Amino acid sequence: MSSDSVVIIGSGLAGYNVARELRKLDASVPIVVVSRDHAGFYSKPMLSNALAGKKTAITLVMKPADKIGAEINAQVLANTAVNSIDRVQRTLSLNNGEVLPYRDLVLALGADPIRLPLQGNAADTVLSVNDLDDFARFVEALDTAADGQPVKRVAILGAGLIGCEFANDLLARGIAPTVLDLADRALVRLLPEAASQRLRVHLEAGGASFRFGVSVQSIERNEDGVGLKVTLNDGSTLETDLVLSAIGLKPHTALAATAGLQVNRGVVVNRLLRTSDAHIHAVGDCAEVDGQNLPYVLPLMAQARALAATLSGTPTPVAYPAMPVVVKTPACPTVACPPPHGAQGEWTVTSTEDALEARFTSSANPEQLLGFALQGKAVTQRQALAALVPAVLI
Amino acid sequence: MKTFQCVVCGFVYDEAQGRPEDGIAPGTLWAAVPDTWTCPDCGVGKADFEMVEI
Repeated sequence: MSSDSVVIIGSGLAGYNVARELRKLDASVPIVVVSRDHAGFYSKPMLSNALAGKKTAITLVMKPADKIGAEINAQVLANTAVNSIDRVQRTLSLNNGEVLPYRDLVLALGADPIRLPLQGNAADTVLSVNDLDDFARFVEALDTAADGQPVKRVAILGAGLIGCEFANDLLARGIAPTVLDLADRALVRLLPEAASQRLRVHLEAGGASFRFGVSVQSIERNEDGVGLKVTLNDGSTLETDLVLSAIGLKPHTALAATAGLQVNRGVVVNRLLRTSDAHIHAVGDCAEVDGQNLPYVLPLMAQARALAATLSGTPTPVAYPAMPVVVKTPACPTVACPPPHGAQGEWTVTSTEDALEARFTSSANPEQLLGFALQGKAVTQRQALAALVPAVLI
Repeated sequence: MKTFQCVVCGFVYDEAQGRPEDGIAPGTLWAAVPDTWTCPDCGVGKADFEMVEI
């Protein structure tokens, strides 16, 4: 079965941005987007600050499937899962029984929340918010606790980017979240210690609380049916109404692995975003590009543009400039551009009442900025400092 | 005055308000926003995404 279609599996930012960029370069190539959900176009980063913006699962959709499909002249197959990939025939087997041929296949499958193995009769009530449908369930749960009243207490597992952003966002609903993490401080992988502390202080001033160095063992329903009892590894307990897990994401690799493609942490691709099969590419949160899995918007956009060029006939390796991560915590505006893993150097922190600027400079060359963190009024330095940091992937 | 939304992350640029924290005065038309400006929320550059009028 032959086809001249580019088929994209996944309708998140990665999938749709590849489609959009490809359409800019090639007006005629047939594009098919296959999505396991409603396929409406929305921005996942907005899920963790939607409450403060009074957005709902409906208003978060910037364009429904039919509108985005018409705009980029693509066929969008909503509520359609891919069962398997036949690499020899170059076809996909869909869950509606149909067989979909492709010229080139793009895996934009995203990443799945990591689930902790928890004990207790309420362990299955733990929510995570990784897509729009999850968000709708989360809001519904916030609106109705077990006693029919809105939720007042939320325990968040994980003080990383998503955990801190949701903690801040819940404050807008008058909920006092408790954030739990096994690490000894917030955003441990993105920020130097002083910046982690500042973030904590500002979020606590807003009503959140943090408990570090702890993990959850079990979650039980209280006998009166109201609330949950969370038991921690130090034996202490915590009363809450809802538990939100934000401990991290695992790239979705199952479909690729089953098809015999090389997978590691993510789907392994080279700088051309090509998997071990020349007709299959991977982008976004599912992809491990030249050894790096970077689940952020900026790398995703760089990938989408490079891949679109490659698929339209101009092989283009992806390049990453320095890519600061904007942490959406209005209580303490924060930008993080961590130094490369294993970089030798030291942090220098300048802190005032309304700003923090931390610079990580190289031991070998103290003039060379390798990373930075900015908070409060200092976030305006984001672009100026990013220009001084070496590219991640040249 | 018009408002524009970043198609990547949903950030809204309001010409009437400008973006004073980035040195863009209130009343600055989208066309006059410098090409070096990047989206405050997702960091994508002005040349790299489409702002849609809303």
